[in-house]
Amino acid sequence: MRLKKESRGDRIYKIFIYVVLSILAVLILVPVLWVMVASVKETSEHYGSPWALPSHIHWQNFADAWNEANMGGYMFHSVSITVMALAILLIVALPASYCLARFKFVGRKFLNTCFMAGLFINVNYIVVPIYLMLSDGDKWLKGFLGSGFLLNNHFIVAVVYAATALPFTIYLLSSYFSTLPHDFEEAAYIDGAGYTRTMLQVIFPMAKPSIITVILFNFLSFWNEYIIIKTLVTDKNAWTLPAGLLNLMQAQQSAAEYGPMYAGLVLVMLPVLILYICVQKNLTKGMTVGGLKG
Amino acid sequence: MKSNFRRTSFICLCVIPAVILFAIFMVAPTFNVFRLSLYQRSTFNPNEVFIGMKNFQMLMKDATFIRSMQNMLLLIVMVTVFTMATALVFAGILTREKIRGQSFFRVVFYIPNILSVVVISGIFSAIYDIDRGLLNSILNLFGAEGVLWKGEKHVIMSLVIAMVWQAIGYYMVMYMASMSAVPGSLYESAEIDGAERVTQFFQITIPLIWTNIRTTLTFFIISTINMAFLFVSAMTSGGPNNASNVALLYMYNQKNLGGGYGYAMAIGVVIFLVSFGLSALVNKVTERDILEY
Repeated sequence: MRLKKESRGDRIYKIFIYVVLSILAVLILVPVLWVMVASVKETSEHYGSPWALPSHIHWQNFADAWNEANMGGYMFHSVSITVMALAILLIVALPASYCLARFKFVGRKFLNTCFMAGLFINVNYIVVPIYLMLSDGDKWLKGFLGSGFLLNNHFIVAVVYAATALPFTIYLLSSYFSTLPHDFEEAAYIDGAGYTRTMLQVIFPMAKPSIITVILFNFLSFWNEYIIIKTLVTDKNAWTLPAGLLNLMQAQQSAAEYGPMYAGLVLVMLPVLILYICVQKNLTKGMTVGGLKG
Repeated sequence: MKSNFRRTSFICLCVIPAVILFAIFMVAPTFNVFRLSLYQRSTFNPNEVFIGMKNFQMLMKDATFIRSMQNMLLLIVMVTVFTMATALVFAGILTREKIRGQSFFRVVFYIPNILSVVVISGIFSAIYDIDRGLLNSILNLFGAEGVLWKGEKHVIMSLVIAMVWQAIGYYMVMYMASMSAVPGSLYESAEIDGAERVTQFFQITIPLIWTNIRTTLTFFIISTINMAFLFVSAMTSGGPNNASNVALLYMYNQKNLGGGYGYAMAIGVVIFLVSFGLSALVNKVTERDILEY
């Protein structure tokens, strides 16, 4: 071991580093906190200096956003679509990744390559053909049943979310499953458990940390998504929070009602921020495993 | 021994739902992007007429398309350069130095990445506002004129700032993971040889995480194309005067612009090809012998 006395240059360098790090932290935190403060300002206060603090906390903005700007409805749609999409995703992706990672069968390599290639296809590249497929399907159904149900359907939106999240989820889960030693299954088989029971009762409980990572990442992407919902659902009142908020923001440019708009922004980001603070360790750790997510 | 039939049926039951969803909602639409690009299909009439390469010929003469491609490439280059440089430096500092509150900084820097692009564009509207914006109010404080941040002249720069703000944390965490795998003994011996911090960073850290840097370059290309679309559609809708239009948004808007779906998909094909070409090019240019440690 070698002892080194801290030189003056080192001290200055240290201080410099703290200053730079703090500047970046301020650049990130100040805008976010500013929006939170702005969300409790009164309408007149929005025309004063942007740095002035509100004279009192004006909760009315949140009530207006919730009721008049329909944020309550959007919130409900966001929650229900996100929950449905996560459920579908897990039910479909978990068994598939397990088999793709641990069973040797004909076509396995081909399927793995396909799902890997899927990592490079972003939903926004293919949202127009998805829309066309569903609207053509609706036209066909109309001639058949009298009405279509593919567009303007939250369940279908959830299916699209889940399907387009499959490559990333399968990639992440199977890379975990393939690290497990085969002894687990062999022991379970000897004890008389079938394939399904082994998978459900032995393997999945062990994969809990990976499953949590998967839920986190996909929750974020489903919750924040707004292109697909705007494309596949024409009724503005049936949109989710980000899409509804964007609509409100673009309407706001003409009629200046800043209070409810910032309240809406806070409503969208608050659940995500709270979740993030609770689980930030898992998230940044999981990210380095998952690697790819644009 | 378990019977073969039960094994096969178990595998089928597990894999087939995923394969079906993937085939319907990812493979078929991707295939359709390429197929429809050779057809004419208007927005109102679902009839498809084969017209060969005509859509692509029209694209080459479409000034808005060319401008949106240029903007897309410009954004890819600027966002990649700024994000990567900042993320590498900060990751280097946070892994190499003993910093108090290290995890606080890591948590804070990652926050923008979890916010919806809609939220970020709302935040940046408040920052860029002409009269009551945060940025202009600071400029006024120093006696400078307010800047029209979303005007034709500065709109790309404003987008770059917002996109870099969003992306830094993500790439920083990524670089930190690979940097922390570099053994500390290398730095110790470098220090004995009298290498400064900057030299260590460029001679040890960068070469040793080169593979990771190359991978992230591909991410940058693919994700910037997508993020540029999200940011532009939320912040400026491509305006003013198409100054901030990007290719993916131009494709998406064909539905309302009357170009038809065939034309839109031709744009999609060009984006696909450009992104793959660009990734291949970057991959080739950055090829080095892999260093082991």
